[in-house]
Amino acid sequence: MREPLRITILRHAVLLAFVAISIYPVLNVVSISLRPGDRLRSTDLAIIPADWTLASYAALFTEQPFLRWLGNSLAVSAAVTVTGVALASTAGYAFSRFRFIGRRATMLAILTTQMFPATMLLLPLYVLIARLGLVDTWLGLMIFYTATALPFCVWQMKGFYDTIPASLEEAARIDGCTRGQAFWYVVLPLATPGLVITALFSFMTAWSEYIVAAQVMQREEMFTLPLGIKGFQASLSSQWGLYAAASILVSLPVVAVFLSLSRFLVNGLTVGSVKE
Amino acid sequence: MATVSIRGLHKRYPGGFHAVRGISLDIADGEFLVLVGPSGCGKSTSLRMVAGLEEVSEGEIRIGDRLVNDIAPGDRDIAMVFQNYALYPHLSVRDNMAFGLRMRNTPRAEIERRVSAAAAALSIESLLARRPRELSGGQRQRVALGRAIVREPAVFLFDEPLSNLDAKLRVQMRAELALLHRRLGTTVIYVTHDQVEAMTLGDRIVLMNHGVIQQIDAPLAIYRRPANRFVAAFIGSPTMNFFHGTIRDGGFVAAGGAARVPLDGVAATVPSGDAVLGIRPEDFVVGGGDEDAAAFATAEVTVAEQMGHETLAHVSIGGATSIVRVPGNRGVAPGDRLPLGVRAGAMHLFAADDEGRRLA
Repeated sequence: MREPLRITILRHAVLLAFVAISIYPVLNVVSISLRPGDRLRSTDLAIIPADWTLASYAALFTEQPFLRWLGNSLAVSAAVTVTGVALASTAGYAFSRFRFIGRRATMLAILTTQMFPATMLLLPLYVLIARLGLVDTWLGLMIFYTATALPFCVWQMKGFYDTIPASLEEAARIDGCTRGQAFWYVVLPLATPGLVITALFSFMTAWSEYIVAAQVMQREEMFTLPLGIKGFQASLSSQWGLYAAASILVSLPVVAVFLSLSRFLVNGLTVGSVKE
Repeated sequence: MATVSIRGLHKRYPGGFHAVRGISLDIADGEFLVLVGPSGCGKSTSLRMVAGLEEVSEGEIRIGDRLVNDIAPGDRDIAMVFQNYALYPHLSVRDNMAFGLRMRNTPRAEIERRVSAAAAALSIESLLARRPRELSGGQRQRVALGRAIVREPAVFLFDEPLSNLDAKLRVQMRAELALLHRRLGTTVIYVTHDQVEAMTLGDRIVLMNHGVIQQIDAPLAIYRRPANRFVAAFIGSPTMNFFHGTIRDGGFVAAGGAARVPLDGVAATVPSGDAVLGIRPEDFVVGGGDEDAAAFATAEVTVAEQMGHETLAHVSIGGATSIVRVPGNRGVAPGDRLPLGVRAGAMHLFAADDEGRRLA
């Protein structure tokens, strides 16, 4: 059935309005990053100003320790991602497949940690990390992030494994696999979309986090990108050009990661394996 | 190839459910053994214990002369075909079939040879490059069979392999399975809830109920001499008719006297008292008694199902409903009154208690 023209127009108008709302701030930041000096406000409506310059971008690399912060952020985020995927994929499997004493209680306990806002956990976790002597280290921040990202990831992976029929593993075991090999050769490849979501979530948790990093990291050379960028925003004179340029650069890796992984986020990978 | 020997096998689940209650049986080398019974009777659990997918609570399983209770499924030299096929969705048909051989480090050329041979035998050569999701149900079932065949195992285990196929395909695959077994000669344990599959495929049938073996015998032997009322009701379609009544004066009387039949030659071995008489639908003779059949009762037809080659007449005998198979397309209509006889030697007498043991 064809829908009436005015409905089509209305639908697209609503969609376009929301696209504009979400894309305007991004374009605005792009625009600011290309302006010379620290011109935050401008009457010019052009996205690329007439007198555009890449000076702010250049300054990030020449005058500011941007690369150092980028390295810190990449190191911490990569470590959180790898740890998160490794732990969540195995823990989720255990919760999905095995029946053991305390299974329900442990799963509920994991869920409960998600009920507290991260800021509430800030103090106890900080004390923990301070006692361990991990303040101002990559490891300290990594533990913090992994601890906050892991509960969601474990549940996510458990839910994913639940959709993979147990008979596939049984077939693999009869085909000569150990439990571990069945997990590695059969279950894990089928759980790829779940692993991708877990990886993205872990990465994002670490990459864009500010409050925790502000507590754990204290020396400027240990700053992650969000911390470093915040430094451009001083109380008297903010370096808006640098701020905007850095913001754009920070979001590029995330966009790249999303685009490269999006093809794995196809569901229904198990279609055709079994007939229920 | 190998024999399979099961001794005093039990399965108790942590929740307390006692799924299999001490079954023992010996399966000969090359035999096609069918485990059949209603759902929850323990047949699949028993098969899964042989496969090593369920732990044995008590008892012994031997494949060949080897006790396999604590041997991993992959080391038992068995192959299994699952009800839902359980094909690896991320692998092509070829890789699905080769997977088990690769896990055993079989040389590449040998894998290639076996996969090609099995694919040819099952007519799935053209599908080798496809993924399972691109196959129809029947094709998936063939691939699942192929994956089992290439392993050249000592024992094939089938867990209701045909129950997800439509009726027509099921009949076709049933015949192919029988052919396959004749050609390979491998020992087979086959689980099904379908008595037709059991009757047509099995060298012997093991009929289970509530985790206990009810009877083990060749299909026709079970059909002709069911060991108890449960077996009698399970095997045969339409199901056997039962009449609750009394044995007295050398005859059987049921339905308040509306049905009575002499028990020539049987009465001597069976004590008088309450009993259940079983008669298969095809063992009724319309027209009453003659030299081959004993007169039984006059029945009123309530429903007549015309099948073409025969008519299934649902009849009322003293208020109880029975089914009578009338051969040919002889006109039988609701309201007709049929004089019924029972073919000589076709009466099954069972005890009237819950167990319903065969009396004669």
